[in-house]
Amino acid sequence: MNPILRAVFEPGFFASAPVRVALLAGGMAALVSGIVGTFAVLRGQSYAGHALADISVTGGSASFLIGITPLWGFAGVSVVAAAAMDLIGVQRRRGRDLATGIVRGAALGLAALFLYWGTTSTSTTGATITVLFGSIFTISGSSTAVAALLGVTALGIVAGLYRPLLLSSASPELAFARGIPVRATGSLCLIAIALAVSLSALTIGAILSTALLVGPAAAGLRLTSKPGLAILWSAVIGLAATWLGVLLAYDSYYWPPAHQGWPVSFFVVALVLVFYLLAQFGRPAGTRRDKAVARQAEAGA
Amino acid sequence: MADRDVVRTAEPGLAADREETLAVAGVGVRLGGREVLHDVRFSIRAGEFVGLIGSNGAGKTTLLRVILGLQKPATGQVRIGGAARAGRGTAVGYVPQKIELDPDMPLRARDLVGLGLDGNRFGIPMPSRGRRERVTEMLHAVGAAAFADARVGTLSGGEQQRVMIAHALISEPRLLLLDEPLANLDIRSEQEIVSLLARISKERGIAVLISAHEINPLLPVMDRVVYMADGRAASGTTGEVVRPEVLTRLYGHHVDVIHLHGRVSVVPGQDDEPASGSRDDTHVLHADPAAPALDKAEGRR
Amino acid sequence: MLSGFMVNTWIVATIVAVVAGAVGFFVVLRGSAFVADALPTGAFAGAAGASLIGVSTLVGLGVFSLLGALGIGWLGRRGRQDVATALTLVMMLGLGSLFLSFSGQYASEVYSLMFGEVLGISVNEVAPVAFLGAVSVAALAVIYRPLLLTSVMPALGESRGIRAARVETLFLVVLALATSMALPVVGALLIFSLMIGPPAAARSFTDTPALAIGLSVVIAIGTVWAAIAASYQTNWPVGFFVGALGAVWYAVGRAATARRRSRQRARAASEHAGYARQAATVRT
Repeated sequence: MNPILRAVFEPGFFASAPVRVALLAGGMAALVSGIVGTFAVLRGQSYAGHALADISVTGGSASFLIGITPLWGFAGVSVVAAAAMDLIGVQRRRGRDLATGIVRGAALGLAALFLYWGTTSTSTTGATITVLFGSIFTISGSSTAVAALLGVTALGIVAGLYRPLLLSSASPELAFARGIPVRATGSLCLIAIALAVSLSALTIGAILSTALLVGPAAAGLRLTSKPGLAILWSAVIGLAATWLGVLLAYDSYYWPPAHQGWPVSFFVVALVLVFYLLAQFGRPAGTRRDKAVARQAEAGA
Repeated sequence: MADRDVVRTAEPGLAADREETLAVAGVGVRLGGREVLHDVRFSIRAGEFVGLIGSNGAGKTTLLRVILGLQKPATGQVRIGGAARAGRGTAVGYVPQKIELDPDMPLRARDLVGLGLDGNRFGIPMPSRGRRERVTEMLHAVGAAAFADARVGTLSGGEQQRVMIAHALISEPRLLLLDEPLANLDIRSEQEIVSLLARISKERGIAVLISAHEINPLLPVMDRVVYMADGRAASGTTGEVVRPEVLTRLYGHHVDVIHLHGRVSVVPGQDDEPASGSRDDTHVLHADPAAPALDKAEGRR
Repeated sequence: MLSGFMVNTWIVATIVAVVAGAVGFFVVLRGSAFVADALPTGAFAGAAGASLIGVSTLVGLGVFSLLGALGIGWLGRRGRQDVATALTLVMMLGLGSLFLSFSGQYASEVYSLMFGEVLGISVNEVAPVAFLGAVSVAALAVIYRPLLLTSVMPALGESRGIRAARVETLFLVVLALATSMALPVVGALLIFSLMIGPPAAARSFTDTPALAIGLSVVIAIGTVWAAIAASYQTNWPVGFFVGALGAVWYAVGRAATARRRSRQRARAASEHAGYARQAATVRT
């Protein structure tokens, strides 16, 4: 076998079952997050996405307390939180961020309470760490089917609302004038985001959930001004970062210092950041022109 | 008027220099590969009220930014009170374009005006009665006493403009710049703001440069006008500048000037033939004999 | 509850509340809720790193929250602010998970750093917290006027020579300071609740910035005291009470604002009616 290939793909990579599950679940999460994330970034809802990921994890930890399947804990709670944010949030972005923060604070306070109740008999710390830094290699194969359902729903919402969503994200007034129910569209979009991040949180953890929602989408939007193309770029970059991350994590098994392998989260996040920075700075002529045009536009009157 | 002309042409150098609060000499600016300002020159003396007229994209805001020192000109220079701009000080008061303010923001009109005195200073603020009295006096002078304690985000357009003017004036500048202060104001507020500015200009001997895209509200009080189109400027009295020949050369295509009931309308002309003569014919464009030339300035030094 | 070993907790908590209330006023004014939320979460990774190399947790927190603040500022100037915050946050969290994988010893502190630990404050933590608190408040006082002006109207600040980027960086540094010093008491995840709940309420009750800051501090202090007392009685985590009270204060603020606006509208309407009546009488 080609020595380079052998160096890149450590032996046993494709044969390992956990790796296959990781690639599948991670790929699915990356795909859904990349697509839905483009709208999240367009609408300036990165914070909401992040908050919903953490809240979703809260739901997950609460679910084992109440004894329901983790999935419904993850998904259900985040959808409820999304509805809450939407209800109390205001249209102006600052008001929205404030409402998001308050909801997240309250939800995390509840999470603290649940963790305290649920784990007084067992180790609190282990649960907290899994909850916050949960890793891709610990999911079970059975939950991937249900996760797929979440993903499909989220994609369905976004696909069904594609044009109204684009228009109302670009200009709510214009959309309103054309008879688009801007408020309802926004709520549905937020629910789609909630589903997407709960799928991610379930399979790959809260950190990656935010990273894959925001990073590839932001990079895609930097690379092109055509929304459809940006979505495509976002999905591709998300997938690339995730799969490369899984590969690197597998390859790092014998790396120092612990010789247990470095966590996937680290690799994927680092790759997402690298791709974003490349998209941001990798086109110097474009950026300079953009900046000059922007300066001209604001000075133009 | 004739006497002043004689004095000026006899001693073009020193007399003009001492009287000039603002001198714009051959200023040119390039942004994003486009020439946004070309050889703009005019001057303003103390107590003069000058309108900067032009439509969007004519270069008004860029010119204001150059005067403020926020934009470096590619050619030419700006002199305030005879001295070339070294840094940014408080000699120039500035009222930016009206922006949407958060009505929930806890900042009263008098707080914003107070920041006009020391808003740029680091260091621990000490309340003083003298400061409070100056603020109150300034608010009275602009007719804003009635809403001095209202939140700035809740003020109407005209009210906000008065507060902004007070903010700019309280540091006792020699030159006051206003960027489209009349935009989006109802007619009564428009008239009130214009007469307020004219009164302040005469009473305090402040040179006022106010940009607008409509000349008529300013006609009753303007001493001179600077008419801009496509980065080029023509300066002089209204009678000198607002003439078909001058404006045709400025715009580069035929325009007509209609006088009706003491108001002026500049409309595109009937013929499609392009204007004759070069647009860089400076002695037609600069009808103002006091407009400083770059070479004259250098010769004097 | 007020016995000897709890005194440290009360003192530290009060200092934290003062700083959070003051800094939080600007967080709400500038719409930086996400940044105030992301910094403590990201600073977490610093605590893990600190335990790795054997430095005090507070130092690790401080360094990482500072790096995070600078990262957010730098990225934010070149792209969208919320994207910059999100990416800086996940990068720090990713590093945190890396550090966690290297060492196993950090685990015991995770819970208390996340959600707050009422009994966890020892006497030698009081001095550094007091010092950092004093520095934060002093720094905020020094940049108060330019920060206020540039937050309200950047164009005005620009015209007077205030470089918005520099003031923003200074503010982010103060925010990082406040974050790292508040973590041990209230916990990473809830410190920002203290930074946005009380100021959001305070701004509804007063029109003046100085009073709003003062009220915000008072409300924050009240919140922390109530949370500690409740936590002490029920043994539930402090963070829960802070999060819940933050939401309550926000709701109170919203209600007060709504009432103020409807009263304003009623007043305006009656003024109009008054003018109309005047005009009618004049005409007749």
